[in-house]
Amino acid sequence: MTEPLLDVRELSVRFDTDEGTVHAVDRMSLTLEPRQVLGIVGESGCGKSVTALSILGLLPKTATVTGSVSFDGTELLGASRSDLRKVRGRQISFVFQEPMTSLNPVFRIGRQIDEVVQEHMDVSKRGARARALELLDLVHIPDPARRVDEYPHQLSGGMRQRVMIAMALACDPKILIADEPTTALDVTIQAGILDLLREVRERLGTAIVLITHNLGVVADLADRVVVMYAGRKAEEAPVRELFAHPQHPYTIGLLGAVPRAGAARNGRLQEIPGRVPSLAELPGHCAFADRCPRADEQSWSEVPQLREVRHDHAVACFHPGDR
Amino acid sequence: MTDGSQPVLEVEGLVKHFRIGRGVANSGRVVHAVDGVSFSIGPGEVLGLVGESGSGKTTVGYCVNRLYEPTAGTIRLDGADITHLSRRGLRPHRRRMHIVFQDPYSSLNPRMTCGQIVGEPIRLHRLARRSALEGRVVELFDSVGLRPELRFRYPHELSGGQRQRVGLARALSVNPSLLIADEPVSALDVSVQASVLNLMRDLRSELGFSCLFISHDLATVEFLCDRVAVMYLGKIVEVAPREELFARPQHPYTQALLSAALEPDPDVQRTRRRVVLEGDIPSPIEPPSGCRFRTRCPLEHESAPRSTDEEPPLVDVTGKGHLVACHLVRRGAEAPRIVELTPELAGARDR
Repeated sequence: MTEPLLDVRELSVRFDTDEGTVHAVDRMSLTLEPRQVLGIVGESGCGKSVTALSILGLLPKTATVTGSVSFDGTELLGASRSDLRKVRGRQISFVFQEPMTSLNPVFRIGRQIDEVVQEHMDVSKRGARARALELLDLVHIPDPARRVDEYPHQLSGGMRQRVMIAMALACDPKILIADEPTTALDVTIQAGILDLLREVRERLGTAIVLITHNLGVVADLADRVVVMYAGRKAEEAPVRELFAHPQHPYTIGLLGAVPRAGAARNGRLQEIPGRVPSLAELPGHCAFADRCPRADEQSWSEVPQLREVRHDHAVACFHPGDR
Repeated sequence: MTDGSQPVLEVEGLVKHFRIGRGVANSGRVVHAVDGVSFSIGPGEVLGLVGESGSGKTTVGYCVNRLYEPTAGTIRLDGADITHLSRRGLRPHRRRMHIVFQDPYSSLNPRMTCGQIVGEPIRLHRLARRSALEGRVVELFDSVGLRPELRFRYPHELSGGQRQRVGLARALSVNPSLLIADEPVSALDVSVQASVLNLMRDLRSELGFSCLFISHDLATVEFLCDRVAVMYLGKIVEVAPREELFARPQHPYTQALLSAALEPDPDVQRTRRRVVLEGDIPSPIEPPSGCRFRTRCPLEHESAPRSTDEEPPLVDVTGKGHLVACHLVRRGAEAPRIVELTPELAGARDR
């Protein structure tokens, strides 16, 4: 087995707010291999974005982060700002959900890419511009020489997301963290961005952490999937294994809740009753117990630990099993 | 549509243009949001209106509900022309149609209790008072799966799914014959979406209202609708009964849209071929001449120069209500394919 590129151990994130402490992430562990696409799926508030932000120390000061995040053997948690800056953008870079607000509206596209290139690489102004054009070409923006002189508002949403990806790739990072990269986009545009991410992995060998609520996106691109619920990992498996043999009742519920092609006329969608619990207090029992058809006394009295129930397939549930 | 019965909604040649810009340079610029759209909805029928952002689908919904004043065309509700009725003239017709909005956070008045919100249309139409009104509200809460106690709560105390149920109860409070649902589940989490979609389907078979269901999500439309109309840049490019549309999409745009829709199944996703359309949806300020899809159509070379000169009419290509607006699709001939349906997807649909 290869050395993991990214090794997250027992990561916990807590926010101290006026209304008390919010436990956003509780003892999450993840590993990412070189060239791997790791999908992190969950609904709003499950802690998937917070997990990603904490990897690069991008959380606000109100957050208390514990555990360990090791990148290529270097510990990132508690690293100094200057050490983190060597990693951010250069080794690990981020693509955010909203391509509208992530670009500065008053600067031309080219200047924004130049800035990233010059910040991280020892190049002249002219060298930076050459790199910017190369990057725009890499993400398939037609006519890059013209586009570099345009402002963000002159580009469509899909084009902007391509620019964001170009900026993230400026320094050939080893890891790209993409937080809901296609959520704000139309179906036909989304397909193009997914193809681009696939190509980035194939051509540049970039490993990708793909954060999404959309099971279709994961099915399309991920090699391995982590399902999160209420700040904890509920299940983890290779993508085909997870979709073919989901073990956690939450995963099974999510898969049944999505209408599919050819959904039988009178078939109903599977409902998950209740709602996602508030994270104000970490329950001393299974967080999914109140919505789970399989919950029993044990579910209500202990926190289920992650265990391997099938080959390379771990689940945090006392009653795992196919539907 | 059932034969012989009068359609609940008939829309003919609907046009909605928005004037934008001021001053000499910009004056006269017009957004062609909807540019000649015709369709009808039969009693108890659910028509899905699908399209991407900027296609004009929401504008159609707002025109039908007369939240926008149509620029041209006619809208008939239960046979009555309501296109240009005044607010007062519209009032008796208001209870026959109701809309559910996309955003359950901004479409409920935060200063009213949920019970008052649901009861308001009943009160305004003077359909019930006092205890009868109260009883009706309780009944409505029950029918959308909300505990009746929640009627004393304010919207901010409810979850997104519960709020959307309140919106639905309000819409159904006056027993409308037409429900307009504008992306009613797209702001909700997956697990909550499922319950609202199930609820809509149950209510529809229970109460028998007709529905204009506006959505960008093909899977949701396939789940809920009897017939589907696909919009692109202010025009309907294809209409067909649900099974027909999903099994035999004809218009190149519909084919591309279906090929790009994500299926939560790695085996299907990784074996299918998808067509990624070139470029972006053109600006509705200056839509392309002729066929509006020509700038992105992979088959444009086959229809040129007609594609630039002539607008393809929406014609019935099967004789059984499958309408397509494309120069390359002719009655009785196999439509040109831009992508083959993968066996997995076709198989899923045949089951």
